[in-house]
Amino acid sequence: MHLNGISLKHNKRTADSATVPVPLPESVKLPMSQHMGAPCEPLVKAGDAVKVGQKIGDTDAFMSTPVHSSVSGIVTAVEDHLLANGKVCKAVVIESDGRQKMSDEIYRPVVNDRESFINAIRESGCCGLGGAGFPTHIKLRVDTDKTPVDSLVINAAECEPYITSDYRELIEAPEDVLDGIDKVMKYIGIAHAYICIEDNKPQAIEDMKRRTATRDDITVVKLKSSYPQGAEKVVAFSATGRIIGEGELPANKGIIVMNVSTAGFISRYLKTGIPLVERRLTLDGDAFGTPCNVKAPIGISVRKLIEFADGSVDDIAKLLAGGPMMGMCLYDFDAPITKTNNAILGMTEKWAVRNEAKTACIRCGRCVRACPLRLMPTEFEKAYEARDVERLRKLKIGLCMNCGSCSYVCPAKRNLAEINQLAKELAR
Amino acid sequence: MDKLIVSPSPHIRSDAATAKIMGNVLIALLPAVIAATLLFGGRALILVGVCTGSAIIWERLCNLVMKRPDTTGDLSAAVTGMILALNIPRSLPYWMAVLGTFIAIVIVKQLFGGLGHNFANPAIVGRIVLFLSFPSAMTAWTDPMLQPEVYDATTTATPLVSKAASYSDLFLGTVRGCLGETCAFALLLGGMYLIAMKIISPATPIAFIGTVAAFSWLAGEDPLYQVLSGGLLLGALFMATDYVTTPVTTLGKIIFGLGCGLITCVIRFYGSYPEGVSFSILLMNIVTPYIDMLTETKPVGAKKKEKKDKKAKEAAA
Repeated sequence: MHLNGISLKHNKRTADSATVPVPLPESVKLPMSQHMGAPCEPLVKAGDAVKVGQKIGDTDAFMSTPVHSSVSGIVTAVEDHLLANGKVCKAVVIESDGRQKMSDEIYRPVVNDRESFINAIRESGCCGLGGAGFPTHIKLRVDTDKTPVDSLVINAAECEPYITSDYRELIEAPEDVLDGIDKVMKYIGIAHAYICIEDNKPQAIEDMKRRTATRDDITVVKLKSSYPQGAEKVVAFSATGRIIGEGELPANKGIIVMNVSTAGFISRYLKTGIPLVERRLTLDGDAFGTPCNVKAPIGISVRKLIEFADGSVDDIAKLLAGGPMMGMCLYDFDAPITKTNNAILGMTEKWAVRNEAKTACIRCGRCVRACPLRLMPTEFEKAYEARDVERLRKLKIGLCMNCGSCSYVCPAKRNLAEINQLAKELAR
Repeated sequence: MDKLIVSPSPHIRSDAATAKIMGNVLIALLPAVIAATLLFGGRALILVGVCTGSAIIWERLCNLVMKRPDTTGDLSAAVTGMILALNIPRSLPYWMAVLGTFIAIVIVKQLFGGLGHNFANPAIVGRIVLFLSFPSAMTAWTDPMLQPEVYDATTTATPLVSKAASYSDLFLGTVRGCLGETCAFALLLGGMYLIAMKIISPATPIAFIGTVAAFSWLAGEDPLYQVLSGGLLLGALFMATDYVTTPVTTLGKIIFGLGCGLITCVIRFYGSYPEGVSFSILLMNIVTPYIDMLTETKPVGAKKKEKKDKKAKEAAA
């Protein structure tokens, strides 16, 4: 058994760029919906004074995590905010007083068992930092009596071009990563952890191997650099050889997949009690004069980051949150950074605009060979054009992860990944 | 920029392109074209030019008449023309060659919707129509200019019929036959280039040639002789590997090759035509949609629920 992949130019030119903090912005905008799941209700109103780490949004909904202020200052507005996915949620706008006073709510969480650990993770506002943003406490709340989980897969593949923020976590905070892994293993009761790193990061692999040399319960897995090696199903398969099937969560196969930066954050939170109010991002793209890795408060506007990376908004034709394969286009320079942003890529017109005409499918089969899950994008396209829902379901459209490999390899420049997403919605 | 570009992912594309693929096929055909010129002289080269040129012109005319964008740039018409040229004898009148490309490009390809929509290989149909319409002109063989000393000039048949050529003649192409089919060396060179460039999968040619060799051995024929003579290598490497008219998956390609091999041998050994390669490919082209249907990939992690549901439904009914 082997999952297909494609080779991409890595463009990891920020790999050696140590993380630097960005200057404190005058204001931040904190959307109440920053990841998968239910949005939070704002707990503050215009005029309220807030401090760093203070909870400003929460909900009773199960599938959610609270939002905390990333600055100290005054709430200037609670307003409607249009998200990249087209939905509208509330957002809290806070003007910073520049003093970054810590909230009195911050205390080192008392964790002594599974329940208190999971509750602490929920209170930290933690969600998957790799991009998809599944609330971490939900991931951990798996009923281990019903579905025994024996493997913790730490995803440090970082298979998207340009992005190096997870790599910098491995290089700058390896102790945190290992401590976070230990804590998850201890409190959730997981016997074995796999730290999965692509072989284009030899330094990180060496270092992690050295640090875990005496550990029988942690394996460092050297993954082949192949896209989409970091996709949840793919990395879980590479580490454990188990296939996460249709409609299954990794937990159904005894696996919890966690991003490496999330593991590092869990360790730091348990030590300090500071919730998720800042994160590391890679700033890159041909419109940026100084590509770099930064630590930025959640809610800072992208415009500030563009300035920090010596980019000009006049040069940018395409602004991506995430990598070039799966990243989302931002349409507003004033969009705020959210918990799940691992990179901002600023691209010039030269990079972003291609004069490649879509031509007829020549049935070369490259998309079929590229698909990691052996789906048939050409058949999806035909079935979608015929609006044949039954056929789409039979072809397993629901399995498509939107990795984009099919579109990438297509010599006829057909928008297969885009059609897949439309077809997926149609067949839902 | 006044406005940011918003588009769905992925935001990067590989440099693969249809024109590049077709360009590589043209490169892979060059050894056979050079061999044809050396073996059969300048007229062979002119025929290649006439076929390739007329194929491009027919394609462009169709574009104009049908008010469609210019598709000559994808080079697929040039490939069809060049392959057809390699499938005709040296002495074929030019007008017949042009008629062949008309059949291939206008009738078989463009009337069915152009590149990607034709169900049969245009060059194959072009060759078959010429062969059935002008049987004597299409089998008027010329002796190659470079003749080995032992060459039997009195034989009027191709080596497939005479069974008198040596392996080295067949390998170098110093025998009678269509322009591009005699020189096995040139064809193998081109085929290996296509496989090395990952333009074609080796599955089809291996299955096709392997089946012919195995069938020949079982039928008491010389397998190597059967493989090297006639249009087998040209067909297996360049025509049975056409993307549009052959199955997509590797299993499908193997089935396609097996079918081609079987039909070729049945026609060669038991039929009234000496050669069956083009008929075999055409017949397999026709069943390709069914092969595709039967060889769809099995998605990783798919649940086999539907069968149970069906059975349950049937039981309920």
